[in-house]
Amino acid sequence: MTAVDESNTSVVARRADALLRVEQVQKYFPITGGGLLKRKVGDVKAVESISFDVVPGETLGVVGESGCGKSTAGRTVMKLLDPTGGKIEFEGRDITHLSRKEMVPLRREMQMIFQDPYSSLNPRHTVGSIISAPFKVQGVKPTRGVQAEVQDLMARVGLNPEHYNRYPNEFSGGQRQRIGIARAIALRPKLIVCDEPVSALDVSIQAQVVNLLEDLQDEFRLAYIFIAHDLSVVRHISDRIAVMYLGRIMELAESERIYKAPLHPYTHALTSAVPLPDPRAERSRERILLHGDLPSPINPPSGCVFRTRCPKAQDRCAQEIPVLRELAPGHYGACHFPEERHLI
Amino acid sequence: MSDPFLQVKDLRVQFPTEDGVVSAVDGVDFAVAKNKVLAIVGESGSGKSVTSQAIMGLINRKTAKVTGEIRLDGEELLTARPEQVRSLRGKRMAMIFQDPLSSLHPFYSIGKQLVEAVNVHQDVSRSAAMQQARDMLDRVGIPNPDRRLKDYPHNLSGGMRQRVMIAMALLNNPELLIADEPTTALDVTVQAQIINLLRDLQREFGTAIILITHDLGVVADMADDVVVMYGGRVVERGSIDDIYYRPEMPYTWGLLGSVPRMDAGRNERLQPIPGQPPSLIRLPKGCVFRPRCAYHELVPGNRCDTERPDLLPVTPEHAVRCHLDPAQRREIAAERLGVATADPAMEDK
Repeated sequence: MTAVDESNTSVVARRADALLRVEQVQKYFPITGGGLLKRKVGDVKAVESISFDVVPGETLGVVGESGCGKSTAGRTVMKLLDPTGGKIEFEGRDITHLSRKEMVPLRREMQMIFQDPYSSLNPRHTVGSIISAPFKVQGVKPTRGVQAEVQDLMARVGLNPEHYNRYPNEFSGGQRQRIGIARAIALRPKLIVCDEPVSALDVSIQAQVVNLLEDLQDEFRLAYIFIAHDLSVVRHISDRIAVMYLGRIMELAESERIYKAPLHPYTHALTSAVPLPDPRAERSRERILLHGDLPSPINPPSGCVFRTRCPKAQDRCAQEIPVLRELAPGHYGACHFPEERHLI
Repeated sequence: MSDPFLQVKDLRVQFPTEDGVVSAVDGVDFAVAKNKVLAIVGESGSGKSVTSQAIMGLINRKTAKVTGEIRLDGEELLTARPEQVRSLRGKRMAMIFQDPLSSLHPFYSIGKQLVEAVNVHQDVSRSAAMQQARDMLDRVGIPNPDRRLKDYPHNLSGGMRQRVMIAMALLNNPELLIADEPTTALDVTVQAQIINLLRDLQREFGTAIILITHDLGVVADMADDVVVMYGGRVVERGSIDDIYYRPEMPYTWGLLGSVPRMDAGRNERLQPIPGQPPSLIRLPKGCVFRPRCAYHELVPGNRCDTERPDLLPVTPEHAVRCHLDPAQRREIAAERLGVATADPAMEDK
């Protein structure tokens, strides 16, 4: 359990127009022992000092495999979870320690879309009341009345406005995701955190929803944090991508660079593992196989967390945590031995 | 091609429900040879999983009507006695599922479950069975197999459980392996390991594999031949290159256009298929894909509305269920799929 805080020197250049800025944010979940006292015996280090920012109209993709902390990161920057450490700024204002109540007005500006369109909609509420809930919570009275506004929103996301009084179970998975999207854009937010928004959908429906998200972004100049495990989808929609592993950002760069010239060995393995829908390309492709399993986030490896599975690991990797640093203009990596490779 | 190991002819599976009869599988034909991978591709409700369950004899014949022909190495399965099918299952044919937790018993150790799988089909001692189990765990790449035999499913990670399930399926050296979404629940790096493993095992045992998936990347990586299903019917069938580089069915074009490609330019807009998959209770009278097809107007006389298209051969291996004129189809395909998927035969020369 050494060498945790030394890494806090990593620097991601500050962009003046940042909408959301996240600095060294940590999220630990305490583990308590049995018995009466519930003594704390350790922490699950779900997110370990991550830094990034998002500018208006931009999509930041966050990719990584299960257990890498990407969903926790999304919930923490939304302040649905309280960060253990670090700083979160929204439009230049420090929101790290705002209470739930103080956050309410800010919810107009930042919204969330969830993976499971089945469990994120109340089955006993009509679509109309689900989509209009943000108006009620925020005390907003649309000039033309709530129903007209909601029906406009429904039309905008490709739902039939006449279905205003129907219940979620009368809609298919793709349509339910559209309901979730209509609710998220109701108050014209500036930022939407999308947590695996298309993972539960069939391919043809997935493409419809991705296109809708892109259209809404152009129309309202929305910023997205797009969290997903599917690298092809993330690459398609994102301007920049953060690759996470065991709670840390391993690499952060423009989408093109993450796929065409990744520098981090984990990104190499990840991008090479994605099968392309192109049989001829597949036959000649080099695949970097990782061995072993993801280490426990309770007791992560010393030094670089990826070293136990890294084909390039050396002694230094066990001793020193690699800092996320700028390796090429706008291209950040946390590796002692970065190397550009072309794998697609 | 040698004699197919598995031959499915005019398979139909119907479930009567209160709302009407659900035709989950509606006249499906295909064949798989030893040492080959046949991919069945389709979205939810296309009938791909029900087809595989029918082959394995896992459909309750009291609640469903199954007709047609399923021949495993010449032996007809649909009319066989249940005991007969049961003795083949696990021995000559085996299946792996998407979710290993639902097929492993949480209460018994890995070793106990594997030994049971051996003993169902082989009359060997417990220690010999345990040895087989150990060797198979080793073979599927599980470190410390001796220790793992004593573990319970919850002790293992998702990728490890998937390997245990594969080990269990392979214990009796099945000649046919049906893999139903074998990697869907897994992370990509684990998926790559599992695909590699299946490929190695096939090389070693010459297994015929039916791969059921919606992931066109995994198909491109593994399959020799592809069957595209929609609304319970086979809408296109061909070699892997036919389907990816010379697809002729509008639904196949739609699927290929819907997938974001990591190797394509980022700003290319996806071309989704409009609308929803059909209800299997009230299937359209003509072509099942007609309500979502952008090209039905090119077919004279409303045939797409009134007449069910047949699965007609384009070449001996490649067949398509579509009323469009073949020349017209090729023209549209070239235009829709562009240069990225141009005919590779041309480049080969």
